[in-house]
Amino acid sequence: MRERKKRQDGLTRRALLKGTVGAAAVTLHGGAPSPQASAAQDARAQSPPGAPSRQGRPPNELGTRSPAEQPKRLPSPTSSRTPLQDLHGTITPSDLHFERHHGGVAVIDRQSYRLLVHGMVDRPMTFTLDDLKRFPAASRICFLECSGNFVRTNGEKTTPQALCGLTSQSEWTGVRLTTILREVGARPQASWFLAEGQDAAQMTRSIPLKDVLEEAMIAYAQNGEALRPEQGYPARLLLPGFEGNSNVKWLRRLELADQPFMTREETSRYTEPLAEGSARQFSLVMDARSIITWPSYPQTVRPGWLEIRGLAWSGRGRIQRVEISTDRGGTWKAAELQGPVLPKAHTRFRLLWRWDGMPTEILSRAIDETGYVQPEWPALQAVRGRRTRYHLNPITGWMVGADGRVLFGIGRVSA
Amino acid sequence: MRNGPQRHRDTEVTKIWRSLCLCVSVACGIAAAAQTPERFGIGQPAPPELIAALDIDVRPDGTGLPPGRGTAREGAQVYARHCAACHGAKGEGGSADSLVGPEPKGMAPFGPAYEQWRSGRPDVSFTIGNYWPYATTIFDYVRRAMPPPAPESLTADETYSVVAWLLAQNGIIGEDTVMSAETLPKVVMPARSRFVRDDRKGGRTIR
Repeated sequence: MRERKKRQDGLTRRALLKGTVGAAAVTLHGGAPSPQASAAQDARAQSPPGAPSRQGRPPNELGTRSPAEQPKRLPSPTSSRTPLQDLHGTITPSDLHFERHHGGVAVIDRQSYRLLVHGMVDRPMTFTLDDLKRFPAASRICFLECSGNFVRTNGEKTTPQALCGLTSQSEWTGVRLTTILREVGARPQASWFLAEGQDAAQMTRSIPLKDVLEEAMIAYAQNGEALRPEQGYPARLLLPGFEGNSNVKWLRRLELADQPFMTREETSRYTEPLAEGSARQFSLVMDARSIITWPSYPQTVRPGWLEIRGLAWSGRGRIQRVEISTDRGGTWKAAELQGPVLPKAHTRFRLLWRWDGMPTEILSRAIDETGYVQPEWPALQAVRGRRTRYHLNPITGWMVGADGRVLFGIGRVSA
Repeated sequence: MRNGPQRHRDTEVTKIWRSLCLCVSVACGIAAAAQTPERFGIGQPAPPELIAALDIDVRPDGTGLPPGRGTAREGAQVYARHCAACHGAKGEGGSADSLVGPEPKGMAPFGPAYEQWRSGRPDVSFTIGNYWPYATTIFDYVRRAMPPPAPESLTADETYSVVAWLLAQNGIIGEDTVMSAETLPKVVMPARSRFVRDDRKGGRTIR
């Protein structure tokens, strides 16, 4: 009795406030519910809230998602985009990690798989998957983003997934590149290496050694299990902060050299023509960026307290601050960052906002530890010109109408 | 290819390399638990045949180009048979990229002059003639990835000749200019001088 009394005394308003999270006065407004979702709704309709479940199925080998929760990627002929608006926290479930490949999903035989490391080395060697796993392992949480991650062809009816779903985050495990380079006796003259995939496109990129030496790894696991085929099984290159394309999947070969190889993917592609007439090459680091994932199109909100949520990330280090404007960029307020804030990682931000029901536009901008501020679209266009297809990271926003409907702020990033 | 900045980079890499080795040896000295051997003895020596089979890349200086030869005249047939279905009869593009540019000679597909000229032609695209900085890349890419159903199926002569055809269509070499391991690296592509290294480095400036 006394104990219970004490506990009640301890539950002060102050203590409660410390744990306050935004009460969400929001309803989802999407398309028709999936068959599974409506089945689940029927089931709920048949029994009163809180009624115990019937005896369920026994334990089995693989878990499944709730039939009422079925997030899906958005596929196109060459890529598949992560449903950013449906996710929480910072880790992307492995089966929702984005896909982008140039020759389909390669099927690589585990038994015959070899990673060849040669070129400017004392001992050209091959490694099986088991060999790679025998080396000391390292794990790393980081984002991976395609540098072409900016699509707004649907205008105001653009979802976060359609706009920038080519970014995802995982915990990757593998062997450090330096471990492998010691094993083969990399020569000091080596300043670049070619990474080549075993896919139909035999994808190749030249990587500047000094820029990746401390963090690069050859990853064979993602979120605690073996890589999935679409993420490069049996092994891929992982270069935290670098554009997705350079993180070569189905990694077959590393060749050390003293110059870049000038492959198609670093000349004809993945280069940026600039306004003044030059073309930028080996633009590997992803600049800081943020996006509000909620509320976003096609949701509908009601006046009252909302928690604005989103993701921010930078290929140059930690996110230092995320600022949110709820008045079309007039004033900015710092959002709360979910800790720990990791370098080169998706960082979840949240900000409580009391919407008064007036039409407005909500925006987010990321600032990273180098002091870089995510730019407005006109500033980016002024230096890049109008032909750049990669590394577009402008501030984006969502229009909230008087009727509560949320639309993509296309006007901010058009023309 | 090895110019001043390149050597400078080498030095920096060597420095990082040395400091990593130093870290390893310091760690070995002070903590038994952190002992890292120079080598683990894991992996197998790579057989020279395997290296020869997989090392298909071609560098700008011509390293990796196989023996063989071809001209645009010979390449026309190779192109028609293996490439035209997706890239168009004259390289103008189709379900796959356009390879031959409609741009005036010497004008790259970006920059103020180009934007002005383009205003009346929104359909122009990046092509071999107006954007690719190295002719060796065409050989490398055709050999490793084209045609999509059967990469590496063209012979060296067929590859040289289709590369010659693409260069000739873009007005860069003549119909009968022979492309080979000696001549291909010497071809100067129109957009070559426009390519610059990334100058973004974080901080306040938007680049």
